[in-house]
Amino acid sequence: MDVKDIIKEENLVYSKPSLLSDKITHYCPGCSHGVVHKLLAEVIEELGIQEKTIGVSPVGCAVFAYNYIEIDWQEAAHGRAPAVATGIARVDPDKVVFTYQGDGDLASIGTAEIMHAANRGENIVVVFINNAIYGMTGGQMAPTTLLGQVTATTPCGRDLERNGYPLKITELIGQLPGAAYVSRQSVHTPAAVRKCRKALRKSFENAMAKKGTSFVEVVSTCSSGWRLSPVEANKWMEENMFPFYPIGDIKDGQKAEAGDFMQQNLKN
Amino acid sequence: MGELRLMKGNEVIAEAAIRCGCDAYFGYPITPQSEVMETLMAREPWNQTGMVVLQAESEVASINMVYGAAGAGKKVMTSSSSPGISLMAEGISYIAGAELPCVIVNVQRGGPGLGTIQPSQADYFQSTKGGGHGDYRLIVLAPASVQEMHDFVGLAFELAFKYRNPAMILADGAIGQMMEKVELGEFVARQTTEQVDAQYGSWATTGKKKSRAKNVITSLELDSALMEQNNLRFQEKYRKMQQDEVSFEAIRCEDADYVLVAFGSSARICQKSVELARAKGIKVGLLRPITLFPFPSEPIARLAKQVKGFMTVEMNAGQMIEDVRLAVNCAGERNPVHYFGRLGGIIPTPGEVVEALEQKLIGG
Repeated sequence: MDVKDIIKEENLVYSKPSLLSDKITHYCPGCSHGVVHKLLAEVIEELGIQEKTIGVSPVGCAVFAYNYIEIDWQEAAHGRAPAVATGIARVDPDKVVFTYQGDGDLASIGTAEIMHAANRGENIVVVFINNAIYGMTGGQMAPTTLLGQVTATTPCGRDLERNGYPLKITELIGQLPGAAYVSRQSVHTPAAVRKCRKALRKSFENAMAKKGTSFVEVVSTCSSGWRLSPVEANKWMEENMFPFYPIGDIKDGQKAEAGDFMQQNLKN
Repeated sequence: MGELRLMKGNEVIAEAAIRCGCDAYFGYPITPQSEVMETLMAREPWNQTGMVVLQAESEVASINMVYGAAGAGKKVMTSSSSPGISLMAEGISYIAGAELPCVIVNVQRGGPGLGTIQPSQADYFQSTKGGGHGDYRLIVLAPASVQEMHDFVGLAFELAFKYRNPAMILADGAIGQMMEKVELGEFVARQTTEQVDAQYGSWATTGKKKSRAKNVITSLELDSALMEQNNLRFQEKYRKMQQDEVSFEAIRCEDADYVLVAFGSSARICQKSVELARAKGIKVGLLRPITLFPFPSEPIARLAKQVKGFMTVEMNAGQMIEDVRLAVNCAGERNPVHYFGRLGGIIPTPGEVVEALEQKLIGG
């Protein structure tokens, strides 16, 4: 059988999403970013919103996300992606705007921006990659680093007295009335990938329907930062990350109506 | 003649923004410029022109909202006062690096630190030499009247878009708070999405069309050879500004033996000082830089051939004096260049200025 006989439309069972560029990513083997990028490209393509989706990339490993998905992008300063996204979404309400941020970016230096954007109920999607470490700068402690976890700046393990507690920022976001949908996902198995894809699709649909802020945390691996092989990293994540960062939806609905707050606020 | 009104400098910034077709304002309250956002909120321009006005959670967020909206090709601005501008410095550097147009108003107060809420011109260095990290310049306009607070909003947008560079209106608490007669401009319609797309679609994030490559707003370039090219392109832009955009006002300089150099509020005071000195028989003129960057070095160099000396009058410890000295000395001249100023929010009096002039330039 000739190759030409095999490469036929009817034999096609899987293809790269058309919005994913041919550029080879700079991500390490076993990194979750590539899978999440692919899911985003699929969802944007599926919803037919390529011409109106604007991505906001962070400072961190995903700073070059704009090289890999064929849409218009803005690259934000460290932690400021939700403010940049607010600026775009407010002046261009017909656009679908999403941020893509790591744990250092979103949960450390950018806590004010994410909290207030979500609290205002900005119609944006936030994709939060939590791998409990700073990847780009060489594996330092992140706000989400687990107690006892060894990093470049916690060589003896994260210590409670010195470093405080790992931050469950997704649960905090879930408390905000401006948040429509808050979910924690992972992409370590085909089933998990499918669920994550669903969560992302719902988030983009929410943004299109102006339901408020949708926030998807993806508990991710950083095999380089963790000094583990890709397979070991997946196992380590399941054993250590999932118990503290449980997978599943935290809030599913839409941002609160003003009426929900009238009784607690000013009475005329 | 346009509509005449008695208005505060800060209020007129807001009115001018609405009238010149500004798309969005993002800001955070700080004295002495809070009236800018208060006026905008009271005017509810979203009902009239569709302009977005949003109170952000911080100056850091404000300037990054400006980045996002400017990256979308919109006419967008913010305003603050000195400590707030320091917080914005990171974002301003990113905006300059990503080559985005926007307008930033700094109604200066005294520093350093929390300093005072009284007027000052202590942010001259910060505004004209960059302010944040990296090699960049802002276009800096220095209004000396409420009318100029109005006029410079439109002008700043024009220059910002012409060069795809942030432009700053460097005012101070005195001009922000004082009331004067002002002639308001006509209403200019905001650009439609189609117009923005047609004009700025080649670089702004207007949504990727099949007909063009994706647009990416970024200041990042890890390849040093390419980054150097970016830096050189920026420098070329700043040279072009220096060549084409210098603006200044020369008052009674034609026959002057001595020239005062002052901008903003200080220049208003020096106008009176010129009169007082001339009444005493001293031939004094005033050179008022309107653009602080690009700085009017050439007009100063020309005057250096004619006058006996210069004195800068600044509400700071002597910052612009460095640029005046450079202008004089680089022209091969050796005229004395002195400084007189008050600090900490104190505004010099016209008499004080004449006294200093007599002491430093004539008596000395």
